[in-house]
Amino acid sequence: MRDRLLKVLQKVTSQPLNIGDEDSLFESGLLDSFALPDLVNGLEQEFSIKVPDSDLNPRKFDSIARIEAYLSEHVQ
Amino acid sequence: MTYIHAFGAHLPSRVVDNAEMASQLNCTAEWIESASGIRERRWAGEETVADLATAAARDCLSRAGVEASQLGMIIVSSGSAERRFPGPASTVAAVLGLNATPVLDLPIASAGAIFALSLASQLTSCYGDILVIAAEKMSTVIQGAPLDQNTAILFGDGAGAALVSARPGRMEVIDSVLHTDGANRDDLTLDWTGPLRMNGLTVILQVSRKLPAVILEVLQRAGIAPAAVKQFVMHQANQNLLMKVAKSLGVEPSLMFSNIAKYGNTSSASMLIAASEWEPTPGPVVFAGFGAGFNWGALVARVV
Repeated sequence: MRDRLLKVLQKVTSQPLNIGDEDSLFESGLLDSFALPDLVNGLEQEFSIKVPDSDLNPRKFDSIARIEAYLSEHVQ
Repeated sequence: MTYIHAFGAHLPSRVVDNAEMASQLNCTAEWIESASGIRERRWAGEETVADLATAAARDCLSRAGVEASQLGMIIVSSGSAERRFPGPASTVAAVLGLNATPVLDLPIASAGAIFALSLASQLTSCYGDILVIAAEKMSTVIQGAPLDQNTAILFGDGAGAALVSARPGRMEVIDSVLHTDGANRDDLTLDWTGPLRMNGLTVILQVSRKLPAVILEVLQRAGIAPAAVKQFVMHQANQNLLMKVAKSLGVEPSLMFSNIAKYGNTSSASMLIAASEWEPTPGPVVFAGFGAGFNWGALVARVV
């Protein structure tokens, strides 16, 4: 799961992912407001999930660790 | 049946370009344009929201060939009106010489025009010709507090209007859809004492999903494929957002009408200002907007 997550993140950011798992993707400059929807769309496609509107909260996707936690809960 | 007969607009004369904004913020003119697609905006100075609204109303009535005395109702949307009550609608009516025509104020930022247009299209059978106006003086909002780079670069002043009628006209309203979800109501707010607060990450994330979805919803109800739409005339929030919606819908970016470079984000006024500059061609057109609340909606019409 982690490798696939990083692949999606790499594709969206088009930058080296030189950050820790807990580091903010937004504060690090890897993601901005217009890249975030692309990340969510990419995760949906890669993991065949549907992120409901009620889960469209930037905090859920703020770090590699948080994305991994979200996917662990929602990917079967 | 309901028809849109004409649009109108009024933009203040003072042009504030990115260089002027950048000089007051810690950024460059080039960064403002790359982040938003905006090159300049208009600031109103002494004009009030009602002044802007009245000027747009007169432009619209002139284009429609309709006298103010023929109106059965006026609806005015504004998220930046100067006082709690009465709202600008009663001032507009009085200045237009009306003393018994009902008016409605919709304090709905950004999405106010699509809400007003949709509601008007349902009310023409009762009230006859309805003048929809959206007017905003966002310069007062952004200058009412220390300038915030993330919001000050975006907003401008202006007003747009539309004449909606049950009388046959060139543009027939087919259907509309409105939605509200208050779960994120605190992510875009403006108190009377300011400043404007915007969680841009949440707003863009939500609008990127909700706006294409409501457009597809109204098109599906109307039995029209996105590819068949001749033009999308939307709230001019951000050029990057317009392009993202086009990508989500799978349509050519050129189908997204855009004048945001000239006027910035004029909140609820932007969609009708855009409509006033758009040149209709026969076929389906979609109007859509999204804003604080969150409120969002779309209307599909057919130019005949």
